[in-house]
Amino acid sequence: MTTTTFADRQVELTDDGFFADPSQWSEDLVPALAAADGIDELTDDHWTVIRFMRKEYLENGTGPNVRAHGKTSGYTEKQLYKLFPKGPAKVAARLAGISKPRGCI
Amino acid sequence: MPRNIVILGGGTGGTLTANRLRKHFKPSDAVISVVDKNRYHIYQPGLLFVPFGLAYADDLIRPRERQFKKGIDFYESEVDHVDIEGRKVFLDDGRALAYDALIIATGARIVPEETEGLTGDGWMEKMFTFYDAPGATALARAYNEFEGGRIVVNVADMPIKCPVAPLEFCFLTDWYFQEKGIRDKVEITYVTPLDNAFTKPRAASALAGLLDEKGVKLVTEFNTGEVDGPGGRLISYDEREVPFDLAVVIPVHSGAEFVGRSEGLGDALDFVETDKHTLQSKASPAIFAIGDAANLPASKAGSVSHFEGEILVENVIRFLADKELDASFDGHANCFIETGFSKALLIDFNYNQEPVEGHYPTKVGMPLLKESRLNHLGKLMFQWFYWHSLLPGRDIPGINPDMPTSGKHLN
Ligand SMILES: Cc1cc2nc3c(=O)[nH]c(=O)nc-3n(C[C@H](O)[C@H](O)[C@H](O)COP(=O)(O)OP(=O)(O)OC[C@H]3O[C@@H](n4cnc5c(N)ncnc54)[C@H](O)[C@@H]3O)c2cc1C
Repeated sequence: MTTTTFADRQVELTDDGFFADPSQWSEDLVPALAAADGIDELTDDHWTVIRFMRKEYLENGTGPNVRAHGKTSGYTEKQLYKLFPKGPAKVAARLAGISKPRGCI
Repeated sequence: MPRNIVILGGGTGGTLTANRLRKHFKPSDAVISVVDKNRYHIYQPGLLFVPFGLAYADDLIRPRERQFKKGIDFYESEVDHVDIEGRKVFLDDGRALAYDALIIATGARIVPEETEGLTGDGWMEKMFTFYDAPGATALARAYNEFEGGRIVVNVADMPIKCPVAPLEFCFLTDWYFQEKGIRDKVEITYVTPLDNAFTKPRAASALAGLLDEKGVKLVTEFNTGEVDGPGGRLISYDEREVPFDLAVVIPVHSGAEFVGRSEGLGDALDFVETDKHTLQSKASPAIFAIGDAANLPASKAGSVSHFEGEILVENVIRFLADKELDASFDGHANCFIETGFSKALLIDFNYNQEPVEGHYPTKVGMPLLKESRLNHLGKLMFQWFYWHSLLPGRDIPGINPDMPTSGKHLN
């Protein structure tokens, strides 16, 4: 666990960079979080995906994996990877301030 | 009036549930019906051994109806959809079955056509899967003829049935080509979407260690976007490539299509949205799910269906009697991991407890997370056990649904 500052706000992150407490997140943090993950320009598509992740998390307690995401968000898996080249499930989860998507077992 | 209990799917979970319910209810109290789209029951764990000539698909198959106790009605048909409000199941052949309680046990299916290129040029010639009988049999032929080159074993995406089977497949591939005397000509690479060999930290590091010991390369966080047969390449969505001469792919899995056609029943991948402790569906109190069909955060394994069975049956009985459900399923899973050379590892875990070292079920028992011959014998015995004890719905003395902790090293 580490404490980091984004947009002048202190947040607790887990060792792999996810929000330890998703209630510390708000939308105004997203540009700074995106920059930290190498995304300089946030498009409407990014926002749609980030809000979708947040909503899924609040409803189900976990973000969707990429395939489920591709089937429900209106974006194909390919498009999701274009938007979040380092991995949509993880990066969009970090930007949406939710915990690491539960690995399926 | 007898109550109508309908079970969709007569595989591992459906069969053991039907048999347990039949033991409990007198014929005058309940009519029990099972629907399955085909008439043969396959022992799926045996498919792992087929590519290595250690088992034949024909020997893994038995007539489905004969696994049911007397007094269970069998319908051979696809399911079209469930009318949740009307409490009726519509079959493909036009019949409709009304139910007081419905149990969904239609498992998970492989969907190779969802991965670009996988079922194109080279499918069943240089790209195979061992997750069904035709695939495992074709792969046996290809392995027999293989003279050297790059073999990749790839999990296209999670969730899959028996998430340890691809690792076992790697270990057995190493063994097989050593026996053949050409191991030095075969390069084996395990390509997984996970960030390690397995999800749970202690098991992941033990299994990654075994891969390394056996000279199997590990490529992680690889989400397969395309399989290029003619070019012999796996291509990930983030545009990395792994070359192969022969690819063994575990295709993506989905639930049964009728789940998607039944409004409100399933999630994005057609798995039934299910309460993880009671096994009741979130769509209706009269619907329950068992085994791979449920969207629980548990392994999709036969052992899980077995442990769920006792609690599921109790809850169906309680539901029909208007009693409160028993919320006691803990996600217990128990898997043998064949490691080659007549050895195997055993893991035992649940929703909260990751696999650790120790012994199962108690301090004197089979070693956990450690290779041994005893575990290998356990794995082989499981087949007998499956047909004669698990499917008939017998309780096994000393083996309970709740995960035991007494033999485990918990710190
Ligand atoms: C290669 C391999 C190795 C495995 N190894 C192990 C192991 O070592 N240990 C272990 O515990 N588990 C193992 N498993 C997993 C295990 O086989 C499954 O988890 C288990 O069979 C799940 O039981 P189930 O009842 O949920 O589904 P299944 O047993 O798959 O049964 C589902 C049934 O539903 C029927 N059905 C599906 N759709 C429809 C429809 N639309 N209409 C009508 N009927 C339908 C099917 O015909 C099938 O009979 C392995 C699986 C594979 C593929």
